[in-house]
Amino acid sequence: MSSEIQSGQSAQEVADQQPASARSLQYYLQLIFVRLGVLPFLLVIALVTFTLTSDNFLTSRNLLNVVRQSSYLTLIAVGQMFALLTGGFDLSVGTIIALTSVVGATAMAAAFVAVPDSIWLVITIGIVAGIAAGALIGAINGIGVAIFGVSPFMMTLGMSSVGFGVALYLTGGTPVYGMPAEFGDIFGFGNLLGMPAPVMVGLALILFLYILLNWTRLGRYFYAVGGNLKAASLSGINARLTLFLAYLICGVVAAISGILLTARLDTGEANIGASMPLESIAACVIAGVSLRGGVGRLENVVLGALFIGLVQNGMNLARIESYLQTVVIGALLIIAVIADQARLRVMANMQD
Amino acid sequence: MMSTRFQPDNVPSTAKAVEGTPLLELKGIKKRFPGVLALDGVSFDLQPGEVHVLFGENGAGKSTMISTIAGVHQPSDGEMLFQGQPLHIQSVHHARSLGISAVFQEFSLVEQLTVEQNLFLGSEQTTRGILNRKAQHEEAARILASLGFPLKPKQKVAYLSRAEQQMVEIAKAFRSDLSILILDEPTASLTERETNRLFELVEQVKSQGVGIIYITHRIAEIRRIADRVTVLRDGRYIDTVDAKSTTEEQLISLMTGRLISQIFPEINFDPGEKLLLIDNLSTSDDRVKEASIHVCRGEIVGLAGLVGAGKSKLIRACFGLEDIYQGTVMFGDEDVTGLSTRQMLDRGFFYSPPDRRSEGLVMNRSCRENISLPSLHLPAFHNWQFLRRKGELKMVSDLASRLQLHPLKIEREVDHFSGGNQQKVLLAKCLTRDVELYVFDEPTVGVDVGTRVEIYKFIAKLCENGAAVIVISSDLPEVLHLSNRLYVMHRGRIQAELSGDEITQENVLRNFFDKEAA
Repeated sequence: MSSEIQSGQSAQEVADQQPASARSLQYYLQLIFVRLGVLPFLLVIALVTFTLTSDNFLTSRNLLNVVRQSSYLTLIAVGQMFALLTGGFDLSVGTIIALTSVVGATAMAAAFVAVPDSIWLVITIGIVAGIAAGALIGAINGIGVAIFGVSPFMMTLGMSSVGFGVALYLTGGTPVYGMPAEFGDIFGFGNLLGMPAPVMVGLALILFLYILLNWTRLGRYFYAVGGNLKAASLSGINARLTLFLAYLICGVVAAISGILLTARLDTGEANIGASMPLESIAACVIAGVSLRGGVGRLENVVLGALFIGLVQNGMNLARIESYLQTVVIGALLIIAVIADQARLRVMANMQD
Repeated sequence: MMSTRFQPDNVPSTAKAVEGTPLLELKGIKKRFPGVLALDGVSFDLQPGEVHVLFGENGAGKSTMISTIAGVHQPSDGEMLFQGQPLHIQSVHHARSLGISAVFQEFSLVEQLTVEQNLFLGSEQTTRGILNRKAQHEEAARILASLGFPLKPKQKVAYLSRAEQQMVEIAKAFRSDLSILILDEPTASLTERETNRLFELVEQVKSQGVGIIYITHRIAEIRRIADRVTVLRDGRYIDTVDAKSTTEEQLISLMTGRLISQIFPEINFDPGEKLLLIDNLSTSDDRVKEASIHVCRGEIVGLAGLVGAGKSKLIRACFGLEDIYQGTVMFGDEDVTGLSTRQMLDRGFFYSPPDRRSEGLVMNRSCRENISLPSLHLPAFHNWQFLRRKGELKMVSDLASRLQLHPLKIEREVDHFSGGNQQKVLLAKCLTRDVELYVFDEPTVGVDVGTRVEIYKFIAKLCENGAAVIVISSDLPEVLHLSNRLYVMHRGRIQAELSGDEITQENVLRNFFDKEAA
């Protein structure tokens, strides 16, 4: 039994037994690293660097700007997290945005021609049509992964090609115009209580998903199914349904983001969202969501997405070319994965 | 501590063993893994031409010890002498070049490759860089023929049965010159005939002066082929004894550190009405054939049999995990044939799986979440659409302290607990809801003695409180001592039903193997 006692001690207990002098700064940094991952360190580095390189960076106006610009990515990353939690991922989020944008704009423009007087009806028709298109992609992903056992990689990669093709086919590759101006004015550029509309919608949705994930059975089941599918099934959980819902939620959330982006652009575009799969997965991984499934916190993912927005904004202010910016984002993703593995080693050492 | 040196009586020149230095000698070997001292100063010696059995419970350090000898791990401390010379084995390849070959329980076979490709994996025969397939094929056929294994060299390993894969693994050890052969429970999946063949081989290499380290749990095998037995417990060296003159009771008390009567509780069985009635059940994959058993309230029913005998499959079929081809399952008065896992759980049937890592627990989530997982939809945990996290916390804390979870930290990830405590978390899962029939599949795998005693008491108490219990186990003493009645399965069929005084090791073992071979 003695070896059990040794192995069972947590980092804190070890710390309690050490003399006070041994609890150095390094120890606390390690503890933060083990508990919260690499994100706090990256945030500090980014804030310091950009504050030093640009006078305009640390202003409330610029920071609000960052939050608004990041709200689209934040939503997608939060949706992506559901797929990651179940041990998969969704490479079709970019396509979902494009398809949502095209279908929503087309439906809205058509409805505007038919009933030009009922603006709200027109906008509702457009939003419902767009979200339905995104949800359909998510549902097909879910059926493929959960029922037919297709690997998430192949399923969502395939669907991203299918969806992109459909979006281009519907528009012939040209932007869709003809939506009522109110749509863009309200959902793209509107303000509520001093907050930009996309931020407000994002906050509401994030709050809803936070409660879903932490205070409902379904939320718990996402973690369990991702952590160990067999154990979850043996505990009486419908694992297939849970997997399906993860991809459906991811699709719907990406679609809502797509609607907001369409309102901002004022046109339906088939060529938006291409960078979203990578950036949303990067936001999750930087925030400590495990690629093996079962681990991750929604509030951290929001921070992760904001961090990526912050880096992009800081690089813009520092006049770094946009081509080079994609290099930085890709490198950050790889650094985050390496740091995650280092974290596991540090954790093992601290428990020793 | 060492008993008198024992002379193998079938080695013709007894002088050889006395004069010669030991083939292998370990002095105070320690092996540390992060957080665990797996070997704590183990000493051991192996003479040429002897079969030296390593005996101990799961987790006693046997596997770590043979892995160290075979070059898989390097010892953290201590000295190893090979033919009297100090030696540091750097890798499995290095060990092989010295003639040290190990056959592990977990197979190191590449399933997509053929038998002969697996046999020569890592030491392929080449002519100027090109594979010499013909020579390799002939050599493989020669090795298999000399061992008497009925395998085709060109067959893919994936299509072989577990016993046949075991043969390939053994054949790998024989492909080059041997000085030390390590066998880790090699008979676990072999039939009686194949086992006899293996023992003949062991005798044969023994007479050539090869030293054999043999891990087994079966007392009968120790009687049959062993010369000396070294007992390990909790990573420590306990004793080395003569295999022929030591009794079973002595061996078990050396292994566990206590008497058998201290390990297994006295259980008062009070069988009531029949709760589970399985009639003429066969599964679609034909691994269970026409099995009929029944279980009453207030009794523990054991299911014994070799690995792959179908004892788990039979129960899993009732729990909605296997497709049923024919037969009926009655639970109480209700026909529950083919219901889903959730439906069976809600009727009070709880199945605790054998492998906690792969099926039992969500390793990267907390104890709290694991324990409450099967019951989240019950009112105790759940109110309208929301979880009652306070209620959950309280209930799980109570359960954890009742089961003496150590350390008592229910928010910690399950992965960071020791095996015994992980098993407690697995058991706690069945206490969150009303259960009438508990099924424990290998309840004490990889668990230390102290925890084992607690688990047995726990199971006994469930039964005495009026529940029906099924214990599925490959550990013979466990099913022998816990069961009120015992079913023995063989190749998917119920081979025997034993009760009361009929439950003896001889009676059970007689039904483990093919009738014609026994």
